[in-house]
Amino acid sequence: MNDFSATTSLMHGIQQLLRRNFVLTLTVGYFIVMSALLPAFASSRNLANLSSNFWPLLSLVIGQLLVMIVGGIDLSQSSIMALASVCGASLMCQSADPVVFAKAPLWNIVFSEQGGFLAGSVFAVSAAVAVMLTVGILVGFFNGFAVAYLKMPPFIVTLVSMMFFSGAAIYLTASENITHLPTSFTAIAQKRVLLPIPVWIVAASAIVVHIILQHTAFGKKLYAVGLNAKAALISGINVPMVTLTAFTLSGFFAALGSVIYSARLEGGRPTLGQDLLLDVIGAAVIGGISLFGGRGRVRDACAGALFFTLLANSLNLMNLSFFIVNIVKGGVILLAAAVDAWRVGKSGGMSKR
Amino acid sequence: MTPLISIRNIDKSFFGAPALRSVSFDIIPNRILGLIGENGAGKSTLMNILCGELQPDSGELYFRGRPFRLEGPAAAAEAGIALIHQELNLFNNLSIADNLFLSRYPRRGPWIDKGAMHDKALQLLHQVGLDLPPNWLLERLRPGERQLVEICKALHADAELVIFDEPTTSLTAAEKERLFQVIDGLKQRGKTIIYISHDLDEVMRLCDDIVVLRDGRMVDFGAASEFTLQRMIASMCGCELEYLFPIRQGTPQAQVLLEVRHLSAEGLVEDVSFEIRKGEILGLFGLMGSGRTELARLLFGLEPFDSGRIVFNGRILEQPSPRRCIELGMAFVTENRREEGLLIDGTVQDNLVLATLNRFVDFARFLDAEKMASESEAQVRQLNLRCTSLKQIVKSLSGGNQQKVVLGKWLLARPLLFILDEPTRGIDVGAKYEVYSLINHLADEGAGILMISSELEELTALCDRLLVIHRGEIIKSFTKDQFDAEKILEAAFHL
Repeated sequence: MNDFSATTSLMHGIQQLLRRNFVLTLTVGYFIVMSALLPAFASSRNLANLSSNFWPLLSLVIGQLLVMIVGGIDLSQSSIMALASVCGASLMCQSADPVVFAKAPLWNIVFSEQGGFLAGSVFAVSAAVAVMLTVGILVGFFNGFAVAYLKMPPFIVTLVSMMFFSGAAIYLTASENITHLPTSFTAIAQKRVLLPIPVWIVAASAIVVHIILQHTAFGKKLYAVGLNAKAALISGINVPMVTLTAFTLSGFFAALGSVIYSARLEGGRPTLGQDLLLDVIGAAVIGGISLFGGRGRVRDACAGALFFTLLANSLNLMNLSFFIVNIVKGGVILLAAAVDAWRVGKSGGMSKR
Repeated sequence: MTPLISIRNIDKSFFGAPALRSVSFDIIPNRILGLIGENGAGKSTLMNILCGELQPDSGELYFRGRPFRLEGPAAAAEAGIALIHQELNLFNNLSIADNLFLSRYPRRGPWIDKGAMHDKALQLLHQVGLDLPPNWLLERLRPGERQLVEICKALHADAELVIFDEPTTSLTAAEKERLFQVIDGLKQRGKTIIYISHDLDEVMRLCDDIVVLRDGRMVDFGAASEFTLQRMIASMCGCELEYLFPIRQGTPQAQVLLEVRHLSAEGLVEDVSFEIRKGEILGLFGLMGSGRTELARLLFGLEPFDSGRIVFNGRILEQPSPRRCIELGMAFVTENRREEGLLIDGTVQDNLVLATLNRFVDFARFLDAEKMASESEAQVRQLNLRCTSLKQIVKSLSGGNQQKVVLGKWLLARPLLFILDEPTRGIDVGAKYEVYSLINHLADEGAGILMISSELEELTALCDRLLVIHRGEIIKSFTKDQFDAEKILEAAFHL
């Protein structure tokens, strides 16, 4: 009898664990199964590869998390990455090919054969990184302003931003990649201080955002705006300001991701992050961040980004074609979105009663 | 006479919590059955079973003496059962006729027979005394008229049993009157009606039989003629509430708290002037759309005003915002708590601290979790708020307890002026009494209160003074010794 109740309480405990950390459990399960099926999966080289994909993605998902909590969506993150990447790279590159860039509007203004405007300066890298982050903040601010004060739908605002700024990034460099970046910049992705530097940067960001969300008034206000903007307004919350801040932060985290990716790829790419949008939204939704607003935590973002990284990586290792990979990814996101709708519907959020 | 529907020993639990316990009674054809009970007594669950939306755990249903099962809402519609919901199931962007025939359009071959649709719609609308062109979009109709369209839908479906769930909460007095006539008309046409309402006077007036539910059990049943208001209340709450209203003992102080002078806002209010003193309960009475809610929203900075002056606690409010108003000591309980009052998917504590978040941060800008919990706990106790924990999701609370959450949120801000728009709408008798007592208590402590309500009775019982608003203008003011329901209503209707 005692044995039986001990077993049931153990089962109950496991059930609770599964329910609370469903995605994380899924991820661990997926990892174990895939390690058995694909010998290359758990190799140390692939693990390093997984890590280098996971951290910058997490930065983007954290930005997306903040926007999704207030009930919005940010489709422009990929264009922010591209724009920040070319802006930063053009400023700090050490040389450039005049033949390749002859038609680029930035040529001979921001950068030339002798490199970028900042080339050679002691502050080149730090100033360029500051510019990249500022680009993200400005685009995010623009999105947030249009949504919060002009009352435009987030979907259309950020869709237009996506088109406009990714177009701008390509235009500015005549669609060419800027290379020859200073080694002190590429070191951001390649050097280690016990752990790779991106791990420190993004993990610290994640912790800070977690603290903001769970332990500050601003965090509570973000959730309140997402749950019911009208009630939040009447309760004295500056709803437009909260919304604006969420979008601005999303731009910042997209730019932070851009810094890491650009450093890893050793160049400023006008097409950087072009197919990352799917991964970011996918990771957010899989992590359990609600598309309907008001729900989602940093740990959901981590779990979602981790699962999505594993999924994409394992699909690549299977040597599937790009199209098949996208079909599978799309299917997984659809499933996660259906679960979200079902969960919100079950608690009555979208239904009448 | 064979009952239309017999309910026998119906049980229903949700996650182990019983909602209905062995409920049995008969629904007699061609009579109006009043179903009353406090929030959470099991009325909605029972009606959802009758509409096929929920299946009972055990027990039987008999339709004209024969056992039957309702597998889903379609089966209930087939059996001739129609529910007129509190929140209407209509489409505002479609025409009246489209709304009526959406589930079965009259056809000629593959096409919709527009002519037949128009004629049939006219005929149905006429039956409920709503003579409007069927091609009007529903959004042009007032709430009362929309409800009549919903009734037409039930008529069109040829329903035998029409269930009305709280149909009068958003209706004006005139619209209520018309609804009652239509319900009487349905009865004369041989239909059977179940009428659910918190308004006990209405139930007394309209119904032939009364069933009282409490905690999922049927605790009282009988002909309406055998019931008194006292018996209904006693059965509903299982106690003897001798009075519906607590006695108001305090009197207003001399100091003026809010002074409004010549306030005008295009299309909302026109040249409104009044003042509220400390410790005063000022009532604002008017029909729906008279500008009563709009005035409250103006005072709280939710709408801009064109001209005039608002002086609150000695300070002039120039184009206020809700944030500024809260800072200066105002609180606003809106008429619609689900849409504007609550984070319905949030926890009790999330809601309670919402208006005072900035007060709970420490020097490092972190929220003080302990302080939030203890002050929330204190509100829960003070308000006698029934919840399992501070982490309970507000949606799962009863209407009365949800309203207490809204009130608690504002009490934490310790305001000087409370603007209460329909503070007792849709909550049960027991909770109403508690809300009244709270309002009295707040006034006794020196708060000013602007109370807006459609229930004249509660205004006359509670208020020290009463203003009547009509088309955005304050047209009459009554002091307590002048209160006379007839005269106030006359003023509101501008007779």
